Amino acid sequence: MNRVYGVLAEFDSISSLIEAAKEARDIGFRKMDAYTPFPNEELAHILGYHKSRLPLITLIAGLIGTVTGAGLCYWVHVIAYPLNFGGKPLNSWPAFVPITFETTILFAGIGVVLGFFAICGLPQPYHPLFNDPRFGLASNDRFFLCIEADDPYYNEDKVKQLLGKKAVRVTTVDF
Amino acid sequence: MDYLKVPEEVKGIKKYALAAAAGGFLVMGALYFFLPGTVFFASYLVGYLFWLTIALGILGWLTLHHMTGGGWGIMVRRISEAAVYTIPFLAVFIIPVLFGIHHLYHWSEAEAVAHDPILAHKAPYLNVPFFILRTVFYFAVWIFLVFRLLKLSLEQDKTGDAVIYNKLYRVSAPGFLLLFLTATFASFDWLMSLDPHWFSSIYGVWFASGAALSGMSFLALWAIILYSREPLSEYKRLVYFHDYGKLMFAFVMFWAYISFSQFLIIWSGNLPEEIIFYIPRIRGKWLPLSVFLLIGHFVLPFLLLLSARIKKDFGKLSKIAIWLLFMHWIDIFWNVFPSLKIGESYSILFAILANVAVTVMVGGVFFYFFISRLEKMPLLPVKEPFLREALESE
Repeated sequence: MNRVYGVLAEFDSISSLIEAAKEARDIGFRKMDAYTPFPNEELAHILGYHKSRLPLITLIAGLIGTVTGAGLCYWVHVIAYPLNFGGKPLNSWPAFVPITFETTILFAGIGVVLGFFAICGLPQPYHPLFNDPRFGLASNDRFFLCIEADDPYYNEDKVKQLLGKKAVRVTTVDF
Repeated sequence: MDYLKVPEEVKGIKKYALAAAAGGFLVMGALYFFLPGTVFFASYLVGYLFWLTIALGILGWLTLHHMTGGGWGIMVRRISEAAVYTIPFLAVFIIPVLFGIHHLYHWSEAEAVAHDPILAHKAPYLNVPFFILRTVFYFAVWIFLVFRLLKLSLEQDKTGDAVIYNKLYRVSAPGFLLLFLTATFASFDWLMSLDPHWFSSIYGVWFASGAALSGMSFLALWAIILYSREPLSEYKRLVYFHDYGKLMFAFVMFWAYISFSQFLIIWSGNLPEEIIFYIPRIRGKWLPLSVFLLIGHFVLPFLLLLSARIKKDFGKLSKIAIWLLFMHWIDIFWNVFPSLKIGESYSILFAILANVAVTVMVGGVFFYFFISRLEKMPLLPVKEPFLREALESE
């Protein structure tokens, strides 16, 4: 027998999905995700979507860029190729600022893209939920909520019963 | 119209504003006899331009908002209108600067011009009659723009005619352009010509960036004051305060970008006619103030405003706004005082006191007319076609 990924419930409206998600959250489920054709603020709030580590990743990447840019300028102008520009000292920091600024932006920009991919788990050529033949409708006119098996409160029968109250169809999805 | 009235405690500020104006005037008047003319009029210029640039910055935001739309502007439209309403009254207070022209501006002395080929070369532009004429012209443009915008807004409130929305747009587009040009030349005249040998073509953008930043800080501060009290508290939408924080953040960076661009180009070239601006500021007694300006006007607010949580926090955002207004004052002071050539010795304490007295006096006048205007109309533009849409946000 295959390992279970979770219980997938299909809803025919966003409001019934939100109600089910709210109820599941109140019970204590956290390892769950919703799949809808359009974004919804309230749903994002229920799923705890706003707590993202992306700003921190961007900040760290930006700081690495700052150090890299300043370090590169210092190394080039003071250590590797010491040239005299207009009688100024070799370590003329004001001239390093534009490069340092640009590398900060560049690294932060790359960091936010890579961090976004990493947090979303992309690229992902295989996702178990697509084992359910109707799951593709999540980008059309159906609303899905999945409670995953690694949630500490997970119990297949109870989850099915909970979601079955509002859902039009509940199935177990295998890996 | 007896709804959306200014809260009583805010109305009370008017009394204090009048008292501040009178007190500031007395202290300033007394100090006139204890300070060299240059120091006295320079102090006046600092205190005066601090308030005028706030009002001009807000005029920029108001015209920009009429062109672009957006909920952020609708929510502070009355505050903006009340702030720009002070410009015609502040115009009167430029007169002491014109009286102090010979104390402040070296180029105004015929004898100096006769012995200085550079000043002689600049004389067709830098001469007293043309200087006064230009100053009158700047204020004429600004006052015309203010009256036009306020009149249309009043009409919109009365009739709710949808055409007024387009009219405001059509006044604002050329108005914004004219404002930018006149403010650029005003900064050349009033501030850059304090050291008539020096020039920097980016100076007008520096002036505009400081005005825009202090203007937005003022708007954010007053939005927080009014939206955390009755009757506006029920119309409070957090998303717009996040916007004000973001705009402040953007202009903290823009100010630093422009200020640093000016510095980097002059520092790299190191040419005698340009570097004279920075020598007193990075060598000798003004260096600590320059470092303070860099940290206080850029590094500190930049780091604080990075956080989305701080931008949405009323208490923290209002403190940052007050701090940025203070730093704007320091910025103007930093552009005025190190450029002066003061022969006589004077009391530094009295000089600081004169700066404070003028700032308090002009500030009193500013707030008296600001609050008076705020009382005249409902605190939200009730007939603005996009008000409902703006209130749909959270």
